[in-house]
Amino acid sequence: MHFAPLIGLLLWLGATGGVLADEFAERRQQLSAEIAALARQTAVETGRREFDPQVMAALERTPRHRFVPAAQIPHAYANRPLPIGHGQTISQPYIVALMTDLIQPQPEHKVLEIGTGSGYQAAVLAELVEQVYTIEIIEPLAVQATKVLEDLDYANVQTRVGDGYYGWEDAGPFDAIMVTAAASHVPPPLIAQLKPGGRMVIPVGARFLTQHLLLVEKQEDGSLTTQQILPVRFVPLTGGPS
Amino acid sequence: MSDSNTTPLRPPYPAIALLSAAALAYEILLMRLFSIIQWHHFAYMMISVALLGYGAAGAMVTLAQNPLRAHFTAAFATAAGLFGATALLAFLAAQQTGFNALEILWDPRQLGRLALIYLLLLVPFFCAAVALCLSFTQFPAHIPRLYAADILGAAAGGLGVVILLLTVRPETALQLIALIGLAAGALVAWRGAARRTAVGLAVTAAVLLALPASWIALKPSPYKELSQTLNVMGARVVAETSSPLGVVTVVENREIPFRHAPGLSLLATTEPPPQLALFTDGDGLSAINQFDGRWEPLAYLDFLTSALPYHLLERPATLILGAGGGADILQALALGARRVDAVELNPQVVKLVQEQFGAFSGRPYSLPGVRAHLGEARGFVEATDQRFDLIQVALLDAFATAAAGLHGLAESYLYTVEALQAYLNRLNPDGMLAITRWVTLPPRDALKLFGTALAALEANGADDPGARLVMIRGWNTATLLVKNEPFTTGEIAALQTFAAARAFDLVWHPGMSPEAANRYNRLDRPHFYEGAAALLSPERAAFVDRYKFAIRPATDDRPYFFHFFRWETLPEVLTLKDRGGLALLDWGYPVVIATLVQALVASFALTLLPLWLFRRREPTAGRGVGRVALYFTALGLAFMFVEIVFIQKFILFLSHPVYAIAVVLTAFLLFAGLGSRWSNRFASAGTARRAVGWAALVIAGLALSYALALPPLFRHLMGLAEYIKIGLSVLLIAPLAWAMGMLFPLGLARLAARAPALVPWAWALNGFASVVGAVLATVLAIHFGFIAVVGVAVALYLLAAAGFPESGSAGVPTA
Repeated sequence: MHFAPLIGLLLWLGATGGVLADEFAERRQQLSAEIAALARQTAVETGRREFDPQVMAALERTPRHRFVPAAQIPHAYANRPLPIGHGQTISQPYIVALMTDLIQPQPEHKVLEIGTGSGYQAAVLAELVEQVYTIEIIEPLAVQATKVLEDLDYANVQTRVGDGYYGWEDAGPFDAIMVTAAASHVPPPLIAQLKPGGRMVIPVGARFLTQHLLLVEKQEDGSLTTQQILPVRFVPLTGGPS
Repeated sequence: MSDSNTTPLRPPYPAIALLSAAALAYEILLMRLFSIIQWHHFAYMMISVALLGYGAAGAMVTLAQNPLRAHFTAAFATAAGLFGATALLAFLAAQQTGFNALEILWDPRQLGRLALIYLLLLVPFFCAAVALCLSFTQFPAHIPRLYAADILGAAAGGLGVVILLLTVRPETALQLIALIGLAAGALVAWRGAARRTAVGLAVTAAVLLALPASWIALKPSPYKELSQTLNVMGARVVAETSSPLGVVTVVENREIPFRHAPGLSLLATTEPPPQLALFTDGDGLSAINQFDGRWEPLAYLDFLTSALPYHLLERPATLILGAGGGADILQALALGARRVDAVELNPQVVKLVQEQFGAFSGRPYSLPGVRAHLGEARGFVEATDQRFDLIQVALLDAFATAAAGLHGLAESYLYTVEALQAYLNRLNPDGMLAITRWVTLPPRDALKLFGTALAALEANGADDPGARLVMIRGWNTATLLVKNEPFTTGEIAALQTFAAARAFDLVWHPGMSPEAANRYNRLDRPHFYEGAAALLSPERAAFVDRYKFAIRPATDDRPYFFHFFRWETLPEVLTLKDRGGLALLDWGYPVVIATLVQALVASFALTLLPLWLFRRREPTAGRGVGRVALYFTALGLAFMFVEIVFIQKFILFLSHPVYAIAVVLTAFLLFAGLGSRWSNRFASAGTARRAVGWAALVIAGLALSYALALPPLFRHLMGLAEYIKIGLSVLLIAPLAWAMGMLFPLGLARLAARAPALVPWAWALNGFASVVGAVLATVLAIHFGFIAVVGVAVALYLLAAAGFPESGSAGVPTA
């Protein structure tokens, strides 16, 4: 009898927790639907009018709110970039989806990420591929991301603190490489660690403003082709060819 | 307050001059401080709006003139002292707001933070202006002399802050300015026997001096390049120097090398050698390469787009404009230049590279065959009679800044049609001009540069400009080559070989087939080639018109190369926000427009509200208000228009931005101050209207003839010694500024005689108009050019003179 109020409280707490979790899942789905709609409006150069359903499913499963600072949790499922401290940002979810889609992840893939940041992109990749290797140059970020990834049981993500320029040689070569850190050029060692047929994607621009994406493809014969992809459909001429 | 009733018989001229000096120095210093912690644009915006504090003070004094006048000494001393205290504290508080300009379209809270910064910065300007405006209200019979003290003080402040920045760090300068404000207050309090106020000010000064250094330290945005670099493990600052040109910081990282090689070919297999990173105001990363006499570690320099001209020229005598950390010098020498003339604006950069880090850098500025020139690039080219085989314009600005369109407002005389003409005129036969820019997508810089080169070739009389241009691009840099003669087939073959070996794309060369474009770094369409071809076709004007970014060539009259914004594109970009489309927006112009709108709205509100309240109290006081408003608004706008345009014209002539601004601003204020004093003789006599009329005619004649005649004249005089050019500039400015300085005090003195209660209100109007004028001048110059701005200013001066009331005409009778 004495316990009744306590049990009531526990039930209430449980219910609230349940509501919160559901709410996040729901908001994640809304965001995913929003991104899917945006993707349909945008014919990116890949020639695909929508993102891979697997990629979209991965976004729906990955709890972005766990990767952002507490103050940003209310905005975790808004389609916008967020600051994560140390002058770094977590990309706009639409850009995350596009970048993930561009490397065409497959379940058997081994992917290298340069610039762990919050760890969110690594988590999305971990949902899609066999093994993710990720390197972060800013120590406190690396520590934080490693902890969150461990808490969420992403066993197929390996993190490392340090210089990403030379890639992760003993784990390479990779099916795909994602460089999310600012780079003045594409590090030659990373190109060397890309498998023939592999794809590398690099965002180009300022913080909060991804101008375009650089997609490097290594052909089977080892030759390289690159594409510069605007994240949006934008024709620079009015009334010009579209 | 028992000791506050004493009112001095004479205005406190020294205190007024001191306070005015401190306020102007503060304004210039804030620009520096915000450029260090934020970006130049937002600095401009915040300070313009904060300056409205001047107008707000005028409004306040209008309404509260009776109690303030009754306690003049205490009111002046307190206001001046509060200026001093809040000058420091408001900035420190503004630093703590956590405002992030980059997030402004994502996070509505940022607008609140921006508004808070405005409010904070408004306080010191408001306080200074209350003291100054109150003096005009208190001593109406001394207006011309008061205005002279005010404006001469400002002149001293403008010059003083440049000297201050040469000797101390900006934070220290801030403390000193705060102390000067407090001193101005103490001076008046002491003279007026308000001892308690004086003691209070002294205590405040002691407190400000005792603030811990960590509170006063500058806190740059974490999104600036320097902050980002310092976050990396192992990074540490190894040198920092400060001057009016900026804070130069050198960073070393022995754990994780910098490897700064923008535009490096994907086919490069070597990485850059160990480097030091050099930043100006926390941005614009430039690398200092380690050089020990061996060229192999510098092999990467041959894999940049900027290496192209060295493959087309045989051992060229090379001029490098903007040599910075020295990488371009090493590139030239490594790739066979027989002689290098390296021009760098900032002596502190050269000193760091040559002396403090000389052992590391191998002293590139004094290697065999290299001659260093300190100075501004455009001025050097205009003044030199040397000829070169190659002129290289280095990549001076930061990519992130370019990508975010953060330069839109900055005038640049490096990339105008006239500049390119001057470069071409300094080339030997078969010499080349090479300009490297960041690649922005869809193409902006590259096409604007291409169009500018075309216009320059045409202006120099080339009939087939397309034969004299080639351009290549990598994924983040593009390099343009221009010749006075057509490119030869041999040169084009060398170009093709160079580009293919590095997977660089051909944008344009004479005889290029469309299939040769867009091969390596593929875009959805060959935008660059199509753009270049369209610019070369008869459809050029239509293409430029239809393009969604502003790519009309910049000229000396409209030197806004980095301005790409077009209104027509804005709605589309905003709808693309969710898909990462915001990078398509160039920030500079919208920021200026937002500033203008804010300033206008605040001005109207703060001008009309006190007038309305005032009229309710004293219904007869408002007669002739329309004329008063017209006169002082026109003067405020026109003064700023003329001043800003001539600062720009003289920057080109004196070829050094900071010193040109110091010389021109000081000369303007000095002679305007003297003109104001001189106008005293007309104020009392019945000759004010004639004096105003003559002054306006002199201004009109001089300003128009200067605007038209100075650019060609300056081109001929560029080679003169620096001190002669400064002397000449001062001589040219003197009569113009003298006349400009007469109009405001003559009007105010007349008003003081007819409707003294409106004096602070007129003062406020003039203050508002000055702020709006400064912003509006930029907007007008972007669209119509500087000559047009001068034209408008002249019209405003004539209008003001025409509206000046006849002697003894209707109005409020004199007291």
